Order: sequence, then C-alpha cells, then structure tokens
Amino acid sequence: MFKKKNQMKTREAASLTPRRRFLNMLWWLLGGLALAELIGLVIAFIKPGKAMQPLEGYGGLITCGQAADFPAGTVTAFQRGHFYLSRLENGGFLALSRKCTHLGCTVIWDEEKSRFECPCHASAFNLMGDVISKPAPRALDYYAVNIENSVVTVDTGKKMKRQRFSADQVTAI
Amino acid sequence: MKSKITPSVAGPLFKRIGQSVRRGSNRAGTSGDPGKYLPKTMLFHFRPRRVPEEAVRFTHTWGLGGMAFVLIMLLFGTGLLLKLVYKPFPDMAYDSILMIQHEIRFGLWVRNVHHWSANILVIILFLHMQRVFFTGGFHHPRQFNWVIGMVLFLLILASNFTGYLLPWDQLAYWAITISTGMLDYVPFLGGWLQAVIRGGTEIGPASLLLFFAVHTAVLPAGICMVGLFHFWRVRKAGGVVVPLVPDEEEAERRRTPVFPDLLLRELVVALVVVAFVLIFSALINAPLDMKANPGLSPNPAKAPWFFIGLQELLLHVHPVFSVLVIPVLLSGGLLLVPYINYASNRGGIWFYSENGRRMGIYAVAAAVLFTAAGILGDAFFFDFTTALPMLPPVVGSGLLPVIIFTGAAAVFLMALKRRFSADSNEAVQSLYIFLMVMYVVLTITCLWFRGTDMALAWPWGK
Repeated sequence: MFKKKNQMKTREAASLTPRRRFLNMLWWLLGGLALAELIGLVIAFIKPGKAMQPLEGYGGLITCGQAADFPAGTVTAFQRGHFYLSRLENGGFLALSRKCTHLGCTVIWDEEKSRFECPCHASAFNLMGDVISKPAPRALDYYAVNIENSVVTVDTGKKMKRQRFSADQVTAI
Repeated sequence: MKSKITPSVAGPLFKRIGQSVRRGSNRAGTSGDPGKYLPKTMLFHFRPRRVPEEAVRFTHTWGLGGMAFVLIMLLFGTGLLLKLVYKPFPDMAYDSILMIQHEIRFGLWVRNVHHWSANILVIILFLHMQRVFFTGGFHHPRQFNWVIGMVLFLLILASNFTGYLLPWDQLAYWAITISTGMLDYVPFLGGWLQAVIRGGTEIGPASLLLFFAVHTAVLPAGICMVGLFHFWRVRKAGGVVVPLVPDEEEAERRRTPVFPDLLLRELVVALVVVAFVLIFSALINAPLDMKANPGLSPNPAKAPWFFIGLQELLLHVHPVFSVLVIPVLLSGGLLLVPYINYASNRGGIWFYSENGRRMGIYAVAAAVLFTAAGILGDAFFFDFTTALPMLPPVVGSGLLPVIIFTGAAAVFLMALKRRFSADSNEAVQSLYIFLMVMYVVLTITCLWFRGTDMALAWPWGK
C-alpha cells in the first residue's frame, strides 16, 4: 500500500509544471531564510559580546602603576582585572590570567614557594606561568602589557593562550 | 448517535454549569459506570480502558515513570513559588536565597523540596531507564520512544545543571566553573560553546541570567512538550511492555480495568513519593555554602554529582578522550540501543532470560573490578600522563590507556559470550551492564573517595 502511495507521489511530482516546482522551492528557501534569521536573532541575544563588557575593570584597560614600583621577581595581584602582574628577574613584565588552565579555578600566588598554586586540583605554575605540576595541560594565559612613560597598563579585553613561556611574551621597559 | 444525547439540560443553574463542564457525562447509558466514563474525559485519554494484568504488577515497572512524573510536578510547583522571590543577579541571588530560607514562612522547606526532588528525579530517571532496558521495552514498536526518553533525560540533566548555579554560593559557582571548564578541551568548537554557555569568558552576571532563563522557561517548556510526546507514544504502543503472546491468544489475555486497578496503584505510588519527599525535605536541608567568591577556589572543587563521573575520567585519560570521544561514543551508543540487530525482540521479561541474568552478574563484577583496577593502577602503579614522555599526550595518555582498557573489557565480554553461548540480546545486555556499572563506579569514586587535591581518600577521613 505504501509503495503505491509513493509511486503516486513521484508521478505527481513529475507532473508538476516547472513553474509550480520553482514556486515550491521558493517556499522552502523563504522558510529556511526565516529560520536563519530567527537563529541569528537568538544568537544576538545570548551572545551580546562587547555591549555587555564593562569599559572599566575586568575586560577593559587596567592601569597598574609606575613600573619602578614592582621589584624584579615579585608578583602583584590585581583582583579587579582578574590577573597577576609578574615582574621577571630580568625586569620584564608579564600579566598572567588567574584562571588555571586545567578547569578554570583561581590560582593563588604562594610567596614562600614562589609559585602559583591551584587549590582545586593541585596544579602549580612558576613565575612565568609555566606548568611545574600537573594536571594543568599548558602555561597560564596572559594579557598584553603596555608601558608608556613608565606607567604599566594591561589590556584585559583579549586573553592570549600559549603552550609554554617564551621570551617574546614579555614586555620590557 | 444524536438521539442518545439529551438535547438540552434543564434544572438549576449550578447543575447545568456542572454538567457542561463534565462533557460526556450527559450521554445516555454512561452515568454510574466509570469504566466507560473515564476514557471519555481528557485527563484519562492517556489510558486505555483495560490493560493486560501483568502491566499493573508493581514489580513489573516499579512505578518509576510515574514517580518521575510526580517529581516533575513537585518541581514545577515549588519552582514557580521560588521564581516569585528569587533574583537572578550576582549581587542579589545569594541574599534572595537567604531571604527565602529565613524570612519566608516555609521558604526553607519549599527550597528543600525543590532541591531534593530534582536530585531524586535524576536517580529515578536513571532507574527508569534501566527498567526499560532490562525488560526489553526498547524493541519495536517502542524503538523511537527510547530515543524520546533519552532526550527527556538530557533535558532533566540540563535542568539540574542550570539550577545548580542559581543559589550563587561557592558550591554552585565552582561546580559550574569546573564543568564548563571541561568544554575547553573539546577541539575547535569547545571554546565557542563555552563562551555561549557562560555568556562571556567567566561565570558572571550574563551566565546567571542565561541559566535562569533557560532553567525557568526553555527547559520546563521543552520537558512538557517532549514529555507529552513520550506518554503519547507509550499509549500508542499499547501501554508498558508485557510478554508477547501468540496472536490467537492475544484476545484471551487476562485484562483488568484501568480504573480502579491501575489508577489506584498509581495514586498510592504518587502519594508515597510526595510524602517521602516532603518528610525528607523537612528533616534534611539543601546544602548552601558561603556566597560565591570568584577569587577563592575551594579545595577540592567538584562538578555536580551527575557529571562527576566525567571529572573522574578526566583525571585518568587525556581530555580529548574523557570529555569528547568517550562521552560522545557512549551517548551515541545509548541512542542506538533500539536499532541494533537483535536475535529476538522479545520484551516484558526481566533480564531477557536466565542466561542473561547470570551473565549480568558476571558483567557487574567485571565492571567493578576493571574500573577499580584502572583507577588504583593509575594512582599507584603506572601513570600514563607522565610515564611515556616520548609519545604525544593524545596517544600516550589517551589512545593507549583507552585501547588497553577497552581491549581487556572486550576480551572478557567475548569470553563471557562464548562461555554462555549467548545470543546477541544477551551479549548487548552484558555490554550495557558493563558500561553502566563503570560509570556508576567512576561517579562514586569521585563523589566519595576524592579528598584534598583530588587525591584518593576515604570518605570518613578528614
């Protein structure tokens, strides 16, 4: 019975005039277009992007202070910007994201052991953000550091991912 | 036909209104016979007039589907109450929870009922899925209803997950951070998906608002629609699965009226479930930690318990496998369960056969042993993540351990199949049992046997 129905259907389809077939296709196209518009609309609402980003604080430009205020080999936390400003032994600056690369917990700078530690699953990172203890798979993310007239600023708008530390990530005075 | 209906009803106003509400009740010959009256009302349209006698036996289904329905109704009710006072903004959410608990009469209790119903629901649905599988309720004509059931399960899990964030305490914040953090490991799409779910790079105001909207509007609507579809397919398949009989005996099958035999049993189950949840919620409070502090991670931080098996897997196997390959293969396999070529599509009998039952016991034992051996072996004897530095991590800590484990499991299952000279139904059932028990063992390990730094520890230790 089904077979018969199908045969009838195909015969009907074959007998459609080209104009009718074209118009039918147009309906499908219009429907698809409407669906795409709807999806675009929904995406615009669930991903407002820049509009929701604050201009100040995290996501914007953070002014850290005079470069001379940060001694070599120290780490300063910037709660507001969700990052640590790390001054390397050679005097270069590195702004490290406080998010552990394992599952996104907040790492803590341990002054005594001189390393970042993740309280969630015991990952550890050194001053440059390189992994010294697993399970973290790669070095801490970092932000662009800018030094102008010896004032240090960090752009928290764009986070940069990396496998491991390399010298070109450092901003020198 | 027309002559049977009384053309107009005379009498007092209230009586006439009452009769107009109960449509059909004024049909001749139906009054006083609920067996004939019930199928005519909308509420009982979901039910046939009579069902096979086996179908109403409690131990045939354990009433699990009905229990799930009752819990969902409890969740809708308490959820609506909570929605009237909850504020989905990071600086107000936690305080509104405190307000619900301390200021509103019975607020604490209502939140407890919502919390415990949601958690019990996941367990009940898991058991319901096992009941359907082990009584062969996924064979023709119920094949697609298994898939619908899986979608429902997914929606309920999503509800639990989105609801988990709303209290905005440390527990909520970090559990959601961690589980969305796992998405980072999905190649290509993961980062984008994570940004959409979080509404940004971190869990923040956008995430809370999104989770709230999805939790209180999108998912309940989805559950209603897919749920009705699920029930309708049950009805169309002729009710729950019962043992097949030859066609000539089908007419002589002993049947029993839905009212009162089935409905009264369901009412009893529903009342017991409601009573249990209400009393349980009066005695035990839903957890509420300190207010969320994005700068302070707890040690250890764990995902919500129904996803915690994946977190345990992540400790052992390379992320590409533990958060992508294995979950995708397993859930894909679950969806395809009804579409495997089986030796027989006999349903309605627990565990298919005596042979299947005995094989199942071996499969349970093997799954517990293999999984425990894998976890302990990784912890104390051989750490794949560091032992093979010459191999790329995807191979050394991903492909290699996965191949070794599945290889061992496959050899065992083949041997089991030969030993019992099993047919394909029994073999698939053993594999299914193995995988289910494996996930349960992973869940229990991470939930109760992982302490500080996610190291193995006894649950009764510090």
